[in-house]
Amino acid sequence: MKAITQKLKQSLLIWLFVILPLAGLSSSIMADEEAATSDAGTTGETVLSDAESTDASDGGDAEIGSESDEKDAAPSGVNKYKYDAIENPGADNAFFTTSNLWLLLAAALVFIMHLGFSTLEAGLSRSKNTVNVLFKNVFIICIGVLTYAFWGFNAMYPGSAYDDDGKPLPAEEAAWNGKVAKGSWFGNPETTQEKVDEWNNGQLSEGYADYNWWTDFIFQAMFAATAATIVSGAVAERIKLSSFMVFAVLLVMFAYPISGAWKWGGGFLDAGGFYDFAGSSIVHAFGGFAALACVIVLGPRLGKYTDSGMKPIPGHSMPLATIGVFLLFLGWFGFNGGSVLSADPLLVGHVFVTTALAACAGGFASIIVSWAKFHKPDLTMGLNGMLAGLVGITAGADTVGMGSAIIIGLIAGLIVVFSIVLFDSIKIDDPVGAISVHGVCGIWGTIAVGIFSFNPEHSFVTQLKGTLIISAWAFLFSLIVFSALKAIMGVRVSEEEETVGLDKSEHGQEAYPDFTIASEK
Amino acid sequence: MKKIEAIIKPFKLDEVKDALAEVGLAGMTVTEVKGFGRQKGHTEVYRGSEYTVDFLPKIKLEIVVDEAQLEEASKAIIGAAKTGKIGDGKVFILPVEEAIRIRTDETGAEAV
Repeated sequence: MKAITQKLKQSLLIWLFVILPLAGLSSSIMADEEAATSDAGTTGETVLSDAESTDASDGGDAEIGSESDEKDAAPSGVNKYKYDAIENPGADNAFFTTSNLWLLLAAALVFIMHLGFSTLEAGLSRSKNTVNVLFKNVFIICIGVLTYAFWGFNAMYPGSAYDDDGKPLPAEEAAWNGKVAKGSWFGNPETTQEKVDEWNNGQLSEGYADYNWWTDFIFQAMFAATAATIVSGAVAERIKLSSFMVFAVLLVMFAYPISGAWKWGGGFLDAGGFYDFAGSSIVHAFGGFAALACVIVLGPRLGKYTDSGMKPIPGHSMPLATIGVFLLFLGWFGFNGGSVLSADPLLVGHVFVTTALAACAGGFASIIVSWAKFHKPDLTMGLNGMLAGLVGITAGADTVGMGSAIIIGLIAGLIVVFSIVLFDSIKIDDPVGAISVHGVCGIWGTIAVGIFSFNPEHSFVTQLKGTLIISAWAFLFSLIVFSALKAIMGVRVSEEEETVGLDKSEHGQEAYPDFTIASEK
Repeated sequence: MKKIEAIIKPFKLDEVKDALAEVGLAGMTVTEVKGFGRQKGHTEVYRGSEYTVDFLPKIKLEIVVDEAQLEEASKAIIGAAKTGKIGDGKVFILPVEEAIRIRTDETGAEAV
């Protein structure tokens, strides 16, 4: 014990007095170097770091002021919006800056949801599969953001296809056909600093939005990755890693932007009046029904459904699962709050409140219902209930009232308990309840907009049609792709690998190599 | 020399250890085990389905003593581990052929 504390003290001292100062010193040296060089033979990454280092150094503001004689227009080669905000301060520029900042913060909050998914899935699966579950989550965030950069973002937001009345634009004006668009690399293609700045300023045009194009990309990229990770929980503990990796790439790179564009990209669902504020259908029902298709093809875990009835397979860490759900709740403030797409004080505030009310109502309903049904209060049902409420409010957080938000949450919490039991009764094995929370409650959240929305243009039938179309798309895409993968490379580990645990068999690693059997008092 | 193997309820471990210390025995080996006898398991519920847990956690205590101390050692263990409820456990006594202290190569009664 003494030796351990000694080692800890040593490593802490090394970090404090050697590594951190070295890191600080080297990064400031690097920043000075980058500001000094005019290296222009690279892509967008250098642009960002140059902009950062200019902003970070104290000389930045003085440079801009001294470079221009005019106060009206920003000189070429200068960040137009920063110039405007400083030289022409005013309500518009302040709102733009605030909105942009809020969106970036929201993107970071949505990123936290990946932390939530990782810990929740780890907690609800057995310790012998924990490394595998975490690995899948790490893979998904990496592949989600990268494929969104290479293909998804431009495929999901290809431009206008319909006019304001919902009629298709004529061929010369339409950027795409409203059903499917080609993706491409999202970044700027320019290679000299001047051209890059020009391109940047062009992207930051006022008519675009209350945030700039960089922010748009990163915010939406976080959503894409979230949709894919819903599947990883449902297929946990028996899926073959390589097959999952292939499937996840195809799902997030191609399927997600296609259905996302139908509404958010201005496609045919949008033209038809369908409304999905933050993605109950586009993200959650999409993920949930993709998960359902995969689970049907994959089969249940060994030993779950036996001749003598269902044998539950309890998760190995309730604390991790709980932390995961609370992190998801935290991230959802960004997920819904950021979907306002501006820092509109009233609207963002409204969305925060409806989100929280629905989450709490969902958790409360699940607690009551599961207690009544199973005669004991079940923690995992309460957790799933909170998530169900969150998924339920996601389609209409900005367009329903406080009371409606509570009702939506209560019903979602009620639905999710019965849905979980139902899927188990038909031998659909879902270790974390992803299909019920995201799939079923995603549909509920979307049609709830048709029932509770302030906006009379939101119709129940349109909502129902839209959510069923998106869910069916996700389901069929996944069914076909996953079945093909099953035929080509197999999607399941062998019985022995599953029994030993995926950590040892697929990764050759253990999540808890030091732990011994837990003792009880 | 005799070896005492005692299966006891986990929360009784500290009491048993103290009781053995009082009769002058300060060395033992302890393992976490699962088991059942007449004490039935209990039912748990997870996400809507009930299941019985048959095996209950216990502590297995092993101590090798000189024959002279055997009776007071067993009495100490039994006295400290008893609750009067089902599942208190059992004590087994086995013969030991030899005991050797690794550090000093002592054998027999000195090694225990």
